[in-house]
Amino acid sequence: MSLLWLFIGSIFVHNILLSRFLGCCPFLGVSTNSGTAKGMGVAVIFVTVLAAIATWLVYNLVLAPLHLEYLYTLSFILVIAALVQFVELALKKINPVLYKSLGIFLPLITTNCAVLGVAVLNMNEKYSLVESAVNAFGSSAGFLLAIMLMAGIRERIDRNTNVPKCLQGLPIALVTAGLMSIAFMGFTGMIK
Amino acid sequence: MISLTGVLYPVLILGALGLAFGALLGFASIKFFVKTDERVSQIREILPGANCGGCGYPGCDGYADGIVNAGARTNLCAAGGVELAKGIAAIMGVEGEAPIPVRAFLKCKGSAEFSKRNAIYEGIMDCRSAAVVPGGSPNACPFGCIGLGTCVKVCVFGAMSMINGLASADPEKCIGCGTCVAICPKSALALIPRTSNVQVVCNSNWRGADVKKVCSVGCIGCGICARTCPAGAVTVDKNLASVDASKCTNCGACVAKCPTKSIGYIIPGQEDIREIA
Repeated sequence: MSLLWLFIGSIFVHNILLSRFLGCCPFLGVSTNSGTAKGMGVAVIFVTVLAAIATWLVYNLVLAPLHLEYLYTLSFILVIAALVQFVELALKKINPVLYKSLGIFLPLITTNCAVLGVAVLNMNEKYSLVESAVNAFGSSAGFLLAIMLMAGIRERIDRNTNVPKCLQGLPIALVTAGLMSIAFMGFTGMIK
Repeated sequence: MISLTGVLYPVLILGALGLAFGALLGFASIKFFVKTDERVSQIREILPGANCGGCGYPGCDGYADGIVNAGARTNLCAAGGVELAKGIAAIMGVEGEAPIPVRAFLKCKGSAEFSKRNAIYEGIMDCRSAAVVPGGSPNACPFGCIGLGTCVKVCVFGAMSMINGLASADPEKCIGCGTCVAICPKSALALIPRTSNVQVVCNSNWRGADVKKVCSVGCIGCGICARTCPAGAVTVDKNLASVDASKCTNCGACVAKCPTKSIGYIIPGQEDIREIA
């Protein structure tokens, strides 16, 4: 049961984009149409879950026993970068269709702070391996939710000709992101 | 004294991690090796590598892939020009299509003697600034050339100049990059094929009666040109005639009939068509 609450909490209450403000760059960069937003979101889910498991293993099996916890940032980046490269190579061979649909997003999220952020959060909260994976899945599902909502809104805004010229494009997107974040604050307190 | 192990262990551990991942990736690159078409890398070699995205693909890698795997045309790279298009065609073993040479052209001849002015603009001397004042232009016609020379400033090839208060592109110097076309707030500049000698020299979508009030050389959308043209190259849309250069035979029948002289010959090397018409 607590895993379910962890999952729901990580999607809504601690939404990685709208509450923790991690990964804002793709949130604004690739949210101009819902097709690419979906691609990005799915790629983030894929990488975040794998990265959370791999970083948990590295942290708990290598760094912690040797009392080298302070090296976590460096080693997590190493793990994530290597993992993404590996997944890209493997996907290209095993599932070219998925490789094509993830496309440019896969290498892009190597340096996405949401991926590293989830790994660090898991470490700080001292989650178990299963809890880490669930939290990673929930957080990245929250990312997909937020970026899809944003893309839907932006598609409508782009078709609306009433937007003043000074607000067109990025400014109105930032205002929208702020309002969405305030809306998501409504979930605070839903789960402890 | 600095503890040796305090430095040595982290170095060793990180080194070992890096080595392990490196070995993993090395293994993966052999195990999951996918044979790619070598024409992709050959084309990538000769592309300029500026990653400008002008071809419509994400960078030169994307374009090289697009040519080989998605059947993209071989002449999309503006930076590489004719030579590059030939090179790509040679690698692909197809008949090369040369890029259609184009040049910039001003669709307006409303200088002060023909076209009314509503105001004297004294703001920042830039067409983009003048275009945001109420009314959209100091000119009575909101479609025409404002004449503050923003296009002259942005042209890195020195092809643009102001003649009689109107922008003019030197066909010898213009390479058809389109920078001036993009910057013109009135969209009064266009890229036309170099072979085209007959063009409509007006940008106004107003009805004929309204055009007449502000300019004596504007297109009134009467359609005589469209009826006259033996090749069917002239059409009138939204009160404005336009010449389809791919059909136009440069015969000049429309030029002779145009009541406001808004269709004109463009004689190569003699860009200032306003003098001729």
